[in-house]
Amino acid sequence: MNTTYTIDLTLKPTTFDLWHVCLAGTVALLAILLIVLLIVMLIGIARGRKKLLEEALRESSASLAASIKIPEPEVKIVEKIVEVEKVVQAPAPEPVVLKEATPDAALQLLNLLQKEARFIDFIKEDITAYNDADIGVAARVVHEGCNKAINEHFKLVVVHEGQEGSKITLPKGFDASAVRLTGNIVGEAPFTGTLIHRGWQVTDIRLPKLTMGHNAKIIAPAEVEL
Amino acid sequence: MKSLFGHLRSENPGEGALNADVTQNESNEDSPSEDSDVEQGTVEYSGPRFSVGIDLGTTHCVLSYVDLSQSDEDGHVQEVMAIPQLTSPGAVEELMQLPSFLYQAHQAELAEGSSALPWTAKPEFLVGEIARSLGSKTPIRLVSSAKSWLCHAGVDCKAPILPAEAPEEVERVSPFQATVAYLQHIRDAWTQLHPDAPLANQDLTITVPASFDPAARELTVEAARFVGLEQALLLEEPQSALYSWIERSNGEWRKQTEVGDIILVIDIGGGTTDLSLIAVTEHDGNLELTRVAVGDHILLGGDNMDLALAYTVKAKLEKDGKRLESWQIQALTHGCREAKEKIFNDPSLDVMPLVVPNRGSSLIGGSLRTELTREEINNVLVDGFFPRIAASDRPISRPRGGLRTAGLPYAQDAGITRHLAAFLAKQLNATDDLKDINLPEHASFLHPTAVLFNGGVLKAAPLADRLMEVLNSWLTGEQAPEARLLEGADLDLAVARGAAYYGYVRKGKGVRIKGGTAASYYVGIESAMPAVPGMPPEIEALCIAPFGMEEGTEAALPDDEFGLVIGEPVRFRFFSSNTRREDRVGTRLDYWTDEELEELDEIEITLPEEGRRVGEVVPVHLTSAVTEVGTLELHAVSRQDGKRWKVEFDVRAGEEA
Repeated sequence: MNTTYTIDLTLKPTTFDLWHVCLAGTVALLAILLIVLLIVMLIGIARGRKKLLEEALRESSASLAASIKIPEPEVKIVEKIVEVEKVVQAPAPEPVVLKEATPDAALQLLNLLQKEARFIDFIKEDITAYNDADIGVAARVVHEGCNKAINEHFKLVVVHEGQEGSKITLPKGFDASAVRLTGNIVGEAPFTGTLIHRGWQVTDIRLPKLTMGHNAKIIAPAEVEL
Repeated sequence: MKSLFGHLRSENPGEGALNADVTQNESNEDSPSEDSDVEQGTVEYSGPRFSVGIDLGTTHCVLSYVDLSQSDEDGHVQEVMAIPQLTSPGAVEELMQLPSFLYQAHQAELAEGSSALPWTAKPEFLVGEIARSLGSKTPIRLVSSAKSWLCHAGVDCKAPILPAEAPEEVERVSPFQATVAYLQHIRDAWTQLHPDAPLANQDLTITVPASFDPAARELTVEAARFVGLEQALLLEEPQSALYSWIERSNGEWRKQTEVGDIILVIDIGGGTTDLSLIAVTEHDGNLELTRVAVGDHILLGGDNMDLALAYTVKAKLEKDGKRLESWQIQALTHGCREAKEKIFNDPSLDVMPLVVPNRGSSLIGGSLRTELTREEINNVLVDGFFPRIAASDRPISRPRGGLRTAGLPYAQDAGITRHLAAFLAKQLNATDDLKDINLPEHASFLHPTAVLFNGGVLKAAPLADRLMEVLNSWLTGEQAPEARLLEGADLDLAVARGAAYYGYVRKGKGVRIKGGTAASYYVGIESAMPAVPGMPPEIEALCIAPFGMEEGTEAALPDDEFGLVIGEPVRFRFFSSNTRREDRVGTRLDYWTDEELEELDEIEITLPEEGRRVGEVVPVHLTSAVTEVGTLELHAVSRQDGKRWKVEFDVRAGEEA
């Protein structure tokens, strides 16, 4: 084969053939890829630097705070919110994030129930040794106190206003977290069924705020009379 | 002597240096300057945004406010502020009421930092719910009813005397300091919630019992000034309750009352009972309200009722051979209060079980069970505190035992209806000056035509019904129409709400109750009689402020001159009367009955040296003024140069007692 390729740089293609189209496409693609890569890199660097900067700042301020005694003590009231476990219904296969309930709020509720209703005392006592009348006497204390503690700190309303035992109809798109279907679940909404339990929901919550150093794990302090 | 905050104050008004020839009457014109200046000074400061009312109660404090920026002719927005307070060590809660208790914690009692509040890491005193709950178990460190001490003759309210029963080691506070502590807590709570509108720049009204004497009113204002609330005005609690009722009626009050009405305000709180009469008259076609009479300070209230029930139940238990300890009585009192409320609120309930739980962790064993019946409640509370009596009955007063520990002068007769009968009979002539009010000739007591209730006790329908029944039986006995109950009052929060509304009314946005001084005041002067051996010198009472003297007015007694010695405190006996309405300034009484005039604590004038010779005698006369704030002020004015010295009320006989 004696085909020789002459290289003439002055030549200009006159026809825009398939090869040239492919070539141009490849060049454009590579260029875009390069730009994207560069941007990603730049962002990455910027973030890393910010974090570093923040860390450095925090460290220096911490050391500053340690060396300089702040004259006015800072009072922090930590507000506790009971977090409800909530299932996120997203179609994407991303991992579901479950909220962690803060222990302080739970401890606080136990503290309130113990203070007002002697709740822990009652639960922890072995009731097998007592007759029903004695337990009934104690149950009054617990019931009355729980009632007071709950009413003071939570506002409770029923989820469904209907009469229990009556037939109700759930429209399409009802809130499945507020109404639970049971039994013969077939077909499409609207569903008609019997209201078994009206449900409860908290509409307002007013838990005491705690001072910074408060040990919430002490539900009831030991009492010593002098 | 009690020098905690010092009493000695000389006043020397700018225009005081008048010529000696100018008659004394003229030099009085500049008088109530001090307070009104302060008020205006704060108003200039961008103007108050809120009108705030503070009910400084014996057992609870409440703050209510009207947002003036959102109020116009048609309406106004009124709220009750939730007050953040410690409810137990380390826990801060917002409650509508701040219990008026102060607790002196031992330094080992609370963990470090557990008494922090949103605005301070370590408050000087524990006040509010935590004080009440800690104090219920450690009463020796609890200060309660400080307000009743303010009005207690014979003690120095600035001397550290509370808790009265505490052992030596417990640091004591004065009733005044306790009042300051409550106000300070309320002020700080306000500042935290409204950082851009300091309480010192708002219109502020503090309520006091109508029966507070001038010294107690002065102390309340002084406490407010002490925490920077210079602009505070005073308002009588029963008046405040009526303002609140007017506010809630949304203009309907004009239909529910008519000319000639006499409204009886019965305020039964946790610790005190306060009575007032307000007349409805007409002036130029408009309805006018005038407070015509106030009752005595009766230390009798809801707490006495709960205690009475607890002791009834205790007696019942002891009959069964069970001995109760003091903590059990405490728990029993608490249980009785709740059982009582349940029985009163539910007519179908006749018996409420009462359980006094064991203090240890074993709840089931060791708990004490008993019950409270409707019959017991009726006997103890309805018949005990509101007996059916005739209008001519009077409270029984036993002579006090010779040896009495220093304490509050609690009412001896628990029959509130007897106190009411005595009050109405005593005030028979209270409306003589008002032409719109016509009492029948044969009336043996003043006939109220309408009744307004206030105070938590009267939320119980059986008690309210009984009170109305007894009152109406007296009225029908004298062929008078039955009194009607004014509906729609908020018994717990009315006083604070009314006080906030009063600030709004003062801007000319509603009807005002005409009040003035709740009594007429007298100084005792030895009459110029030859001394008789073995007889105390005769004393005359010189009227220095008449009944109903209005805010911002002044009266002088130029004809009654005294010689005061420079540098020596001079004391006068001081009297008040809430029945002698006809006395004018300068009236001299040489005879009066014990019922007519009540002796208050002595008042004192000290003329400082200020360039004069000690021992020099300065001729002075007295002037009296009712300030815009609502306090009575007495001054001694020099004949020679118009110089003025303040007469101090707060010279309680602390050092002798």
